[in-house]
Amino acid sequence: MKHTLVALLEDKPGVLNRVVNMFSRRAFNIESLTVGHTEQPHISRMTVVVDGTNTDVEQVVKQLYKLIDVLKVSDVTQDKTVFRDLALIKVSTNRDSRAEIVQLAQIVGARVVDVAQDSVILQMTDEEEAIDAFVALIRPFGIKEMVRTGRVAMVRGAQGVTRAPSFEELAHPTQRPRYEARKKVPVDLTGEAG
Amino acid sequence: MAIREPTRQDIQHRNGKADGQRMSGAHILCESLIREGVDTIFGHPGGVVLPLYNVLPDYPQIRHILVRHEQAGAHAADGYARAGRRVGVCLATSGPAATNLVTGITSAMMDSVPIVAITGNVATSVLGKDAFQETDVFGITMPITKHNYLVTRVEDLARTIKEAFHIASTGRPGPVLVDIPKDVFINEATFHYPETINLPGYKPTLQGNAKQVKAAAHLINQAKRPVILAGHGVTIAQAREELVALAEKAEIPVITTLLGLSAFPESHRLSLAMPGMHGAGYSNMAINECDVLVGIGQRFDDRVTGKVEAFAPKAKIIHVDVDPAEIGKNVRCDVPIVGDARHVLRQLIPEVQPAEHKEWLETIEGWKREMPLTSLPPGSRFVPQVAVRAIWEATKGDAIVVTDVGQHQMWAAQHFWYDKPYSFISSGGLGAMGFGVPAAIGAKVARPEETVWAIVGDGGFQMTIQELATIAEERIGVKIALMNNGYLGMIRQWQEIFYNRRYSSAYLGGPDYVKLADAYGIKALRAQTREQCRLVIEEAMAYDGPVLCDLQVEAEENVYPMIPPGGSIQNMLLQPADRD
Repeated sequence: MKHTLVALLEDKPGVLNRVVNMFSRRAFNIESLTVGHTEQPHISRMTVVVDGTNTDVEQVVKQLYKLIDVLKVSDVTQDKTVFRDLALIKVSTNRDSRAEIVQLAQIVGARVVDVAQDSVILQMTDEEEAIDAFVALIRPFGIKEMVRTGRVAMVRGAQGVTRAPSFEELAHPTQRPRYEARKKVPVDLTGEAG
Repeated sequence: MAIREPTRQDIQHRNGKADGQRMSGAHILCESLIREGVDTIFGHPGGVVLPLYNVLPDYPQIRHILVRHEQAGAHAADGYARAGRRVGVCLATSGPAATNLVTGITSAMMDSVPIVAITGNVATSVLGKDAFQETDVFGITMPITKHNYLVTRVEDLARTIKEAFHIASTGRPGPVLVDIPKDVFINEATFHYPETINLPGYKPTLQGNAKQVKAAAHLINQAKRPVILAGHGVTIAQAREELVALAEKAEIPVITTLLGLSAFPESHRLSLAMPGMHGAGYSNMAINECDVLVGIGQRFDDRVTGKVEAFAPKAKIIHVDVDPAEIGKNVRCDVPIVGDARHVLRQLIPEVQPAEHKEWLETIEGWKREMPLTSLPPGSRFVPQVAVRAIWEATKGDAIVVTDVGQHQMWAAQHFWYDKPYSFISSGGLGAMGFGVPAAIGAKVARPEETVWAIVGDGGFQMTIQELATIAEERIGVKIALMNNGYLGMIRQWQEIFYNRRYSSAYLGGPDYVKLADAYGIKALRAQTREQCRLVIEEAMAYDGPVLCDLQVEAEENVYPMIPPGGSIQNMLLQPADRD
């Protein structure tokens, strides 16, 4: 199963290097990784997609937490979450095919952001599966170039667990939820040991 | 250079004077180190740290020990930290010096030892331009430090040092590297040593979760065959008394890992010897048969567990560790408790009911008779085990033993009884040959009143042999027991057992170590028989100063018992003589 982790990081020199370095050293298999700014200055937000079948997701979370610059890690896979990926796709066109490509783009909600003699650039923002389907659909026309951002995620509703902490919250870090406190570990209190 | 001991007034005077003053980065660094209570630096000068070396003589309260290789500086800081139970500091210049530190830093990382490594780097104006002796030490040391810094502004220096010492010494300790470009040493700023630390992403959990502690106590109270597996974390947390209290209250035998040696008194009736690859058969049997295993401050290293699937197959496992990432990493866990060993033990003791496990202890006693760990080969053969015993007898166990890596390390673990707290220092996780002598230097500097024995093999000894010069120059009174068998002993043993006696590059031969020590101006003694060994150890003990004992032991002695890598107790090899 694919897991989506959202990590909040202090925006310090080398922090991305630290994270990537750790993934590589621990032989964690990462499907995608995106980093960007948040609503708080000096705090970056990273979305990591990990395949739980080949990587121990709990270890990924714990190892991320071990990095001093990592403030908070949430596994939002089970939450009600909006997932989005953005793709820019440059498709070959000619007089005959252009109209059809634009029409297909309109159907799936992709935008035409550049038109040239023999190509168009389409921009699509959606969940990865929808983009995958569109890419498959458009491939026969000839994809000249494609770039995708990788998944970003945000939990729905007012009390998102992935909100970046404000400076006041950072100054009183006791309010910060600890990973092990959120984790439910089944313990057999009744059965005979052994 | 004569070094005057600073008085408290000196330091207060200086501290009072420094705050709010404008000074160079080099002065700020020294003032900051003094605030952190640093009295010793193991370092080696070089181009870009010369501005720092230029001001070091202004701070007589900091003793700078000139090591002959930066690797030794890092190992010495490690030994200093473990013996002295404070942060060790090593210092090196940029480029090759910084990369020389890497082995020592990695060893400290693997063994959770608090050291702060300070490196110089080229000036910020040429950073990234492949300047002379430039290395990306910040990048290189990222995976081998608990945290590291590249300080690009002199204004950030004091705060960085404060954070570095805090991170190194709290939670699960570890090395922190601070890389300082040359111009940051030279540029000036107003010195203010921060009172507080603001690290929102770093808050180690010390207190265990109360519910989990209750669950653990419940398992312990129900156990018929409980065992405690205690590691370095108990030593680090200074939780020896608490461990003894828990073991006695619930009558639980205590197995200590290699780095857990001296975390529990070995003369205690509940003490079992080290487990694992070269561990005691009875300790491994106890793990194999126990119904509850309480792991405290240890990380189920593969040298302890062997084949993970066959490890403690009948047990519910309780794992106490200050580092959440260690729990569930190698071995399944039924009750995880994140917390510092001392805090969690203090929480556990009142929850655990007094108990007796007579039958279980008798079973273990039976295994002890069946397969004793510490039998010496009969006859008069001068084997290394005899030398370890001789040191134990001569010191009565009242010494700090520092080992290198290899066969002798295992014998030092097996044939010496570690009753004294904090008395065993070794490169356990990394297994860095060359660790022994420099770490012993660090230990002796930290605890000059203690007898410090470095037990080393002739392979590892030669990797940092240049430190004999440091020992001689600084008159550091370490006693070196060199187990000289002319072989890379552990390599030879593996080649004998697993590679059909094909000894490939295992033979060392070696120089005349007595002559060599003479050349350095260090007293040297030689032993070729059991009787000579006893006399040599006694003479070394009686001598006030450093001594090298060249113990020419039998060449082809093997460490037993041995569980081949990836094996389990069923695969255990016993001493051939014991097998029939």
